[in-house]
Amino acid sequence: MNSCPLAKGLRALGLALLALAALSGCERPPVHFTQWGFRGTGMADVQNPRLFPARLEANAVPEPQAPADAGGPKAAETFKNVKVLGDLSAGQFTRVMLAITSWVAPQQGCLYCHDAKGFELDTLYTKVVARRMLQMTRHLNSDWKDHVQATGVTCYTCHRGQPVPSYVWYKDLGPHTAPGSLGNRFGQNAPSPAVGMTSLPFDPFTTYLDQDADIRMASTTALPAGNRKSIKQTEWTYALMMHFSKSLGVNCTYCHNTRAFANWSQSTPQRVTAWYGIRMVRDLNNHYLTPLTDVFPDGRKGATGDVAKVFCATCHQGAYKPLFGTSMVKDYPELQGPSPEPAAAAPAADAVKEPSASNTLPIVAPGPSRMAAN
Amino acid sequence: MEYQNIFTRTQVRTHPEPGVPMLTRTISERQGKGFFLYWLGKFGCAQIGPIYLGTTGVASIVCFFIAFEIIGLNMWASVNWDPIQFIRQGPWLALEPPSPAYGLHIPPLNEGGWWLITGFFLTASILLWWVRTYRRARAVGLGMHVSWAFAAAIWLYLVLGFFRPLAMGAWGEAVPFGIFPHLDWTAALSLRYGNLFYNPFHMLSIAFLYGSALLFAMHGATILAVGRYGGEREIEQITDRGTASERAALFWRWTMGFNATMESVHRWAWWFAMLVPITGGIGILLTGTVVDNWYLWAVKHHVAPAYPITPVVDPATLPGAPQ
Repeated sequence: MNSCPLAKGLRALGLALLALAALSGCERPPVHFTQWGFRGTGMADVQNPRLFPARLEANAVPEPQAPADAGGPKAAETFKNVKVLGDLSAGQFTRVMLAITSWVAPQQGCLYCHDAKGFELDTLYTKVVARRMLQMTRHLNSDWKDHVQATGVTCYTCHRGQPVPSYVWYKDLGPHTAPGSLGNRFGQNAPSPAVGMTSLPFDPFTTYLDQDADIRMASTTALPAGNRKSIKQTEWTYALMMHFSKSLGVNCTYCHNTRAFANWSQSTPQRVTAWYGIRMVRDLNNHYLTPLTDVFPDGRKGATGDVAKVFCATCHQGAYKPLFGTSMVKDYPELQGPSPEPAAAAPAADAVKEPSASNTLPIVAPGPSRMAAN
Repeated sequence: MEYQNIFTRTQVRTHPEPGVPMLTRTISERQGKGFFLYWLGKFGCAQIGPIYLGTTGVASIVCFFIAFEIIGLNMWASVNWDPIQFIRQGPWLALEPPSPAYGLHIPPLNEGGWWLITGFFLTASILLWWVRTYRRARAVGLGMHVSWAFAAAIWLYLVLGFFRPLAMGAWGEAVPFGIFPHLDWTAALSLRYGNLFYNPFHMLSIAFLYGSALLFAMHGATILAVGRYGGEREIEQITDRGTASERAALFWRWTMGFNATMESVHRWAWWFAMLVPITGGIGILLTGTVVDNWYLWAVKHHVAPAYPITPVVDPATLPGAPQ
């Protein structure tokens, strides 16, 4: 009637192993809860205090350079071919250049962008891109205060000492499927870190952050009144929101009362900031990054020949505020400066092309944006 | 001691039991003589067979195999016939229904056509198996309870994959065949239609689902607990004092003041289980066809509690907002 002790022991061991396997994806308690909405709604910010020090360290801000003298000759007079920062003093200009080097190309140095034959030459594509990125940073800090507030951004917000920011995206046609009329993935059903390893569509970015498809799915009336949004479309919105959540290191309730995701009067103010963020990212992708398509060499482009583009993770990198809200731009007021005319300064602005979406292009799996968003 | 109880883990070996003579069929229609598997006896009855497949059984298996193959081959093709990736990505892979743009038209094979074919064969397989459960129950002289319970589950299946897409005018509304993808579909359904938890039929379905689990646990526990008094001989013990049945009834009257009878507990359980997919199916069928946002419906009918509103305003409604 009784099984032997060995069998019982083995069974207990098996159960323990099963329980461990089931819990292996979890973080151990206790975690830190902060009430984030009306009581009883389950709106809470959940942070693991044991992981937080590492996240803080990863988002530490470098020391600012000592302030430079604002007097003396202007940069435009001292140096040749200065198109954006010409109003600074030569000292201030040099200070910004040194800062950019330490933020973007600390290993490569000045010659990552500048031609050794003459620093004023625009021979390297990196210099043309860097100038456009300077204009983009100023545009961000002066025209998108609805999103970046007074905290602002600098090159370091995205680059973190890397010539190419760690978190960028390219149009993703997905893993290679078999030729013939079998195996259509419909743009989803591939484990992708870009959307939190779900089976949701793996490239919601082209749809929502390059193009401007409508993100809102739920109806504003209780009964049907002409909303033809489908469940499939909702999966695309859901995928974008997974990216939001992963990029900011927060859960849905950071912005939404999850009993009524669509309802603004139950949402947090952070949702408004995010709404402006979506428009900001579209603006940057359409007016600053995609127009650089002809400037970048092929090796810097994605599988469909498109340039690296920005999304939430590019700046946020797992923090609800980039660099956990530390403002670097206060030490670099020149990056807050007036927004230049985008059209006049844009190289190859007339060469804006939509990357082709042809399915015949050879794609290697995993696609570059999945790697980049890892 | 244990061998004295019909509720026992003791395995008896004799000639395999051929089964009772049937009312409408002869025993000879059953194939094989039956055999024993020791390890199966640890889980259920150790005897396998004789079996009866018949026309509907064979047709059902063939249809299921076709559906299973189409799903599997599409999943495998989606990883470019790589067997390792097929296993590794298995839970993520799916055969998706057509884009809603196709409406109820028939799309090309790789644009959802395979999904339609699979749906046809899987549905045929399930319905044929239902006919089989009905006819086998008749043949052996049983009531139709199993068939109707199975039909309740088929109702929910057909609502999700056939009736609701038909009502919405697009096959694209249906569920993909895939492990994670059908779960993501479920979450997206709720997001699109304003939170399914406010759908009263969804509430009923959940209540019956949890209720089924509770009843199953209470009944299973009760019968196992009175097994030592011969609890399996339910009906014949009802009128005798001190029996398993009386002790079980007494236990529940003591603990909660009320007890089911040996008969009624099965009727309770059967209806609870039946009503999970019946109410759930009604709730899904109303979603998108009759109600488009269950949260707003619940506000309208004073179901959803009101919380203090936040000062947050939809920025798209502000003058001069970027679009």
